[in-house]
Amino acid sequence: MTDKPKVAFYWCASCGGCEEAVVDLAEGVLNVVAAVDIAFWPVALDFKRRDVEAMADGALLASFVNGAIRTTEQEEMAHLLRHKSQVLVAFGSCAQLGGIPGLANLSSRDEIFQTVYKEAPSTVNPEGALPKSLHRDNGDCVSLPGFYETVRALNQVVDVDYYIPGCPPTPKIIQQAVEALLSGKAPEKGSVLAPDRALCDECPRKDTRPEKLTLTAFKRPQEILIDAEKCLLAQGVVCLGPATRGGCEALCTRGNMPCTGCFGPTSRVRDFGAKALSATASIIDSNDEKQIDQILDTLPDPVGLFYRYSLPASLLRRKKLPEQPATKGCAPKAG
Amino acid sequence: MPEAKPETPAVGPKRFEPRIVAFFCNWCTYLAADLAGTSRMKYAPNMRVIRTMCSGRVDPQFVLDAFAHGADGVLIGGCHPGDCHYQEGNYKALRRVHLLKRLLREMGIEEERFRLEWISAAEADRLKTAVNDMVEKVRALGPLRLETTAEFFPEEVKVA
Repeated sequence: MTDKPKVAFYWCASCGGCEEAVVDLAEGVLNVVAAVDIAFWPVALDFKRRDVEAMADGALLASFVNGAIRTTEQEEMAHLLRHKSQVLVAFGSCAQLGGIPGLANLSSRDEIFQTVYKEAPSTVNPEGALPKSLHRDNGDCVSLPGFYETVRALNQVVDVDYYIPGCPPTPKIIQQAVEALLSGKAPEKGSVLAPDRALCDECPRKDTRPEKLTLTAFKRPQEILIDAEKCLLAQGVVCLGPATRGGCEALCTRGNMPCTGCFGPTSRVRDFGAKALSATASIIDSNDEKQIDQILDTLPDPVGLFYRYSLPASLLRRKKLPEQPATKGCAPKAG
Repeated sequence: MPEAKPETPAVGPKRFEPRIVAFFCNWCTYLAADLAGTSRMKYAPNMRVIRTMCSGRVDPQFVLDAFAHGADGVLIGGCHPGDCHYQEGNYKALRRVHLLKRLLREMGIEEERFRLEWISAAEADRLKTAVNDMVEKVRALGPLRLETTAEFFPEEVKVA
């Protein structure tokens, strides 16, 4: 080992796409490896948790953690890496805002267990066994991480220094972020390391957006033949570009697909979904309640549409649970 | 999953008093509330009024923030259609409210907890009726308790 700064990568509740994004740096990854030692990266390198535990506090220059927090193990790792790192970076939509796994906050833990372990057509579970955090069998004791009722973003569990947005972050965004961190010219703590402007600003279709945009029906991409040059909203496709942070260089709209909001909000917005909802509702071309409702019927799943990547980080954070836990007896875990 | 049952709220003489956050437009509904006051009308005291310049100024974030911080209901009051001081603001509010209602339904928040009313500056009576009616409906639903959800956010799996 050299005296190069050490960094760690870790994944929590995520799909692996963020890990893939690091690999997508292609030869750019060589610049990263030349500048730092990767001291922990479970998906690619054989270091163990105990190796991290053996480090001094703050021994890592930076940890890049992707994925949302769903289990007790993920929370423990988030705390561990927080202690060992000078800088903790939430990497990708799931760590920043809760991401796609965060949509599980529309269900309770019981509903999820019921569906996954009992009712799914591909499930064979005649005993109806459900995951437990502790199981004893003939004096042997087996443990599994506990499964929280609610999915959280990384900053709802530990203090986070920076955010790299995207599902997954693009190679350019990653490279710029790493360079900014290594150069010591890091921006203010809490910053999202991407441009603070709306996606429309960098969309090649920008000039075709009409000055007054109004719609009488929303269309899903599979329902129409999309014109490759015209503003998607003007074609009736719900595009969240006006509410979403840019920096991805409009990859999706260049690829003839609408923006789904993975870069999250700009710094002036607290709740991405509410703002995206506001922007979308404003372009409905009707003042009549019945007609407005007919137009809204073409948006079948508002939460899935507007909070696709950000439900845990939203103001409401989850669907209301049918029964609230009692005030006594189950105090939340510290941290 | 065996979970602690919520303690039954103290019943008896103390009934549940809902907290209603109201966003009233400066030109119509706020003046109606003013008129109700100067006319010494009596209505349920459960409402906390926030004056906005227009119902169209009410960002959906305001509504969600109110719910997340303990409101049991949110009421938006604006000028009647066609009467908006800014011509179109109340129509913008109407469109947003319709979409936001659908979102709240998906999030498990009952429809009666969120309401939009057109109340002109002269309609103090209408304001009184709307507030009383909303308070009763929300009282019947009981507390929303989203702030408790936040407190118990990381509720851990019980070790079996």
